[in-house]
Formats: sequence, C-alpha cells, structure tokens
Amino acid sequence: MSFEGYLFLTLLEGIVTGFVLALTALGLSLVFGVMRIVNIAHGEFFMLGAVIAWYSSTLLGSYLVALLMAPLIVGGIAYLTDRLVLRRIDYKPESTIVATIGLLYILQQLVLTVYGPYARQVVTPFYFRIDFPWFGYSGYKLVIAGIATVLLIAIYFVMTRTTVGLYMRATQQDREMAQAFGVPVHRIYPFVFALGAGLAAIAGALVVPVQQAHYLMGLDALLLSFIVVVLGGLGSLKGTVVAAFLVGISDAVVSMFFSPTLAKIVATLLVALLLTFKTSGLFGDEEA
Amino acid sequence: MRHDRRNTIFGVHLALILLLFCAQFVIPPFHRTMVTRIMIFATYSMGYNVLLGYTGLMSLGHAMFFSSGMYATGLTVFYLGFGAPAAFMAGILASILMSALIGLIALRTTGVSFLIVTMMFSQAFYLASLHLNKITKGDEGFILSGHLRPLQLGGLEFAFSDPLVKFNLALMLFAASLLLSLWLIRSPIGRVLLGIRENEERTRLLGYNTFNYKLLSLIISGTLSGAAGSLYTLTFSYAGSSLASILYSIYPLLWTLLGGIGTTIGPIVGTAAMAYMVDISSGLTSSYLFVVGAMLVILIIWFPGGLVGGIRTRWLRWLP
Repeated sequence: MSFEGYLFLTLLEGIVTGFVLALTALGLSLVFGVMRIVNIAHGEFFMLGAVIAWYSSTLLGSYLVALLMAPLIVGGIAYLTDRLVLRRIDYKPESTIVATIGLLYILQQLVLTVYGPYARQVVTPFYFRIDFPWFGYSGYKLVIAGIATVLLIAIYFVMTRTTVGLYMRATQQDREMAQAFGVPVHRIYPFVFALGAGLAAIAGALVVPVQQAHYLMGLDALLLSFIVVVLGGLGSLKGTVVAAFLVGISDAVVSMFFSPTLAKIVATLLVALLLTFKTSGLFGDEEA
Repeated sequence: MRHDRRNTIFGVHLALILLLFCAQFVIPPFHRTMVTRIMIFATYSMGYNVLLGYTGLMSLGHAMFFSSGMYATGLTVFYLGFGAPAAFMAGILASILMSALIGLIALRTTGVSFLIVTMMFSQAFYLASLHLNKITKGDEGFILSGHLRPLQLGGLEFAFSDPLVKFNLALMLFAASLLLSLWLIRSPIGRVLLGIRENEERTRLLGYNTFNYKLLSLIISGTLSGAAGSLYTLTFSYAGSSLASILYSIYPLLWTLLGGIGTTIGPIVGTAAMAYMVDISSGLTSSYLFVVGAMLVILIIWFPGGLVGGIRTRWLRWLP
C-alpha cells in the first residue's frame, strides 16, 4: 500500500475514533458543565455499555437491542447513583470525586466477577466492505460514524430546542438564579447524570464489534475523554466535539509514526499544562 | 493548650511507637511482614495527610512522589551499586525535586483542577515508567536482592533479608514521620497551613504568602511519600510500574479517609484497618478491590471524619 493509502486509512481511523470519543466526552462534558462535578466513573459507564452490548447480542442474539439496552441500563445505574450517593454528599466537588472513584472500583470489580477477565468481541452485525483505491474498509465503522452523527445532532436539538435543554443551559449558567426562576434543578441533576452515562454507554456499545469488551477498558476511555474535555474548554459542548476529532485524528497520526505510549505521555502532559495555564481550553467558556 | 495536655498528646504518640516496637517480639512472622508493610504505607499516608488533612489540598497524583522515591533508590542500587544509605538519600532527593517541580506548576490551580492536574502528571509519570521499560523493566519491575549490600553500622552487619531488620527500619521511618507531623502541626508553620485549609483568602489577607506555604506543605508531603517509596524498595527488594499506577494515588486517600483526615494517628489506623480488611476479603474473592470501592463510597457519605475523627469528636477532643 502506498503512503497516501496509509495516510488515508489513518485519517479514516482517526475520524471514526473521533466520533466515538465525541460521544463519550460529550457525556463527561455535560455532567461537568451542568452539575459542576467530575465523574471519575465515566470510563466505567463506557465499559459497562460495551459489556452489556456483548451480553445482549450473545444472549438475545440481536445487536440492535444491545444498542438500546446499554444506554438504558447504564442510565438507570447512573440515575440511582445520583439519588443514593451524589445527592447525599450534596454534589460537593471533592467528595464527588472520592465517591465516583469508589463507584469506579465497585463497577469494575462487579464486571470482573460476573463477566470475567476476558476480552471478547461481538461479531460485526453488518457485512459489507467499501472499496477504496488502496484497500477495502469495514462498512461497520462508517455505520458507527453515522449513528454517532445522528446522536450528536439529537443532543444539539435537545440542548437548543427543548425545555429540558433550556433548563440544562440555565443550570449551567447560574444554578441559584435558575432555581429562583423555577427550574427544577434537583430533577435536572439526575437526568443529566443519567444522560451523560447513557452517552458513554452507547459509545461503548458501538465499539464492541471493532474493539473487545474488557473490564479494564474504562480507564483509557476516561483519560482520553478528560483530554478532550479540557482541550475543548471545560463545559463547552461545541468545543468538546471539535476537540474529540482533533484528538482522534492526531492520536491516529502520531501513533502511526511514534509509539502510542509516547503519544499518550505527550498528550497527557500537554493537557495538564493547558489546564494549569489556561483554564478555559481552546474555545473558551462558550455555552452549549 | 494547657501544658499537661501537650504532654498527654506527646505520650500517646510515644506509646504508639513503643507498642509497635514491642509488637515485633510477640506477633507471628506473617503479621510481622504485614505490620512492616503497614508502617511503610502509613508513612505514605501521613505524607498525604499533611497536604489533605492539614492544608486542605486533595491530590490524586501522590503515586508519582512515592514512585520517584522508589525508582531513585531502586535504580541507583540496581545500576550504580549504591549502598542503602546513599540510595535512600537519592530517593529523598528525587522526591524533593519532583514535588517542588510539580508544586510550582500544579499549585497554580485549586480544588478540582488541582486534583485533575496532579492525576494527569502522575499518569504521565506512570506511562513514562512503562515506556522506559528497558531501564525500569516496566510492569514486571526488578528485584534488588543480590544487588543490595547489607547495612554496616559500627562493625555490625544488618542484612535486608532479615525480617527484624525490615521491621525496625520501617518502624524508624514511621516514628520519625509521626513525630515530624506532630511537630509540624503544632509549629507556627502548621498553624498557617491550618489557616489555609480553613480559609485561604483570609490567611492571605493576614499577610501570609499562601503559595509558598502550600508549596512547602506539598514538598513535605511529597518527600514523606518518597521516603516511604524508597524504604519500600529497600525492604521488599522490588520496584515496578504497578506501584506508580493511579491505584497507588488513590490508596493513601482511602487510608487517610478511613483513619481520619487531619489527625496524626489516623493514617496508621486507616492503613492497618484497610490492610487487614483487604487481607480477609482477598481470601474470599479475587475482586478485593470491590472492598476498596465500597469503603470509599461508605466513608464519604456517612463517615467523612474517619475512625480517629469519629473518636475525636465523640470522646477525645484534644487529639491532634
């Protein structure tokens, strides 16, 4: 394969990764933006989505059901977490981090006990290849991109055109003022937490046919989402989506030339420094 | 504080050290190793507690300080043939430099950003230790036995393979750190740190340069953590990447929370309680980390003061 072929493949892979990353990071960004909390267990929601997708497509035989089950179940877990844990500690930022670290280990170890230490894949649900001049590409990856696009547009409409979206934006801008104007902040919180978790879960479910589901896959997803959210500007949804593609593509390109670990080290250091010296990220403090 | 109280407090700490010293003659070998490990990790927690409990800064990157002590000691013994005292000094020096560097950068942020920034630096450190696996041997790690010369003290020779030597070295480090943290919180510096914990803005208004005090606190905290990492390598003869992973940044947080944030003896109580809890549960299930997770959630919801913190508010109000 020629150099252009490699480059094209790398870009394509990067864009697909970008779509998955956009969904996962958008969930984290929503939760951070509206609730002002950092959810360390976010990666585990991604992992749970993948594992649930594996179960439902193996046991029920339908991958499409899996795509529905994963966000619903994980969203439910997140809703309960908000009610039973986060509300009790009054969403205090540091306590929330400790509690979600706890949740991380609880979920991870439960999956280890039930699902086991295996890395398992779902058979790709659609068999078709798209032929480029240089290589044939798995059509399923483009389906991932398609579904992700639909979801991203849906989120955009929910945020800008619906009452719930208005409530979320109002809470993000000024929680107390929103409450004073009759926004049911305490009903918005569990909803947002569940929505964020659901997005991570659906991203997890989308990648099982191309990646394997494993109980430790959450940490990488979490760290990448962090990088994306910080780069895009904390709480800025538009920034998050743009940064996801930036990170997805540059990760693919850099990993093509250098070792992936080195790429991760550099990215992590850069983001830590960015967070220290310029808190608002690349796009500043935009809304939605 | 009345003078007799000061003596009582000092007495409690000395009694704890004496109790641990006597324990080595009584407890069976398995528990002796266990307590050695607990004392080293308690030193690590005490270091963590200086920053979290007495300065009010929560870090998620202390594994980087612990493991810079560990690697500086381990690598100098393994490659340069350093003796134990020199290697220990290397460990201390590395952790001082590391915590000063990280402090200068990360202390520009506060609250949640500080947490995330320290976590990311620590993660980069961990990834670097994996990446440089030609030197560090990555996840597998390397073993010091055969490289580490016995300790020579006035004609006497102490081998690091002797469990009693391990125990007493750990006890010495533990005792020194305990007395250091007791001294620190009673000193004028400690008062300023408490002031920063309670209200940084007001402390600054009183004319204190809070950044310098926070930096000092982070360096003390990181150095105690590094000293623990260094002694861990010497006594358990092992250094590996897994000890630099994010889990080892979370452990001291858990131990301190369990024992009691902002109490001098909380860290050892928490470390000991957790060590035995994990020991018992790992006999029952392979997913012992479940206990870690559940404990974190339970503590943060119902017992944010921890064990010693609970005792303090209920009975012994004078405990430091």
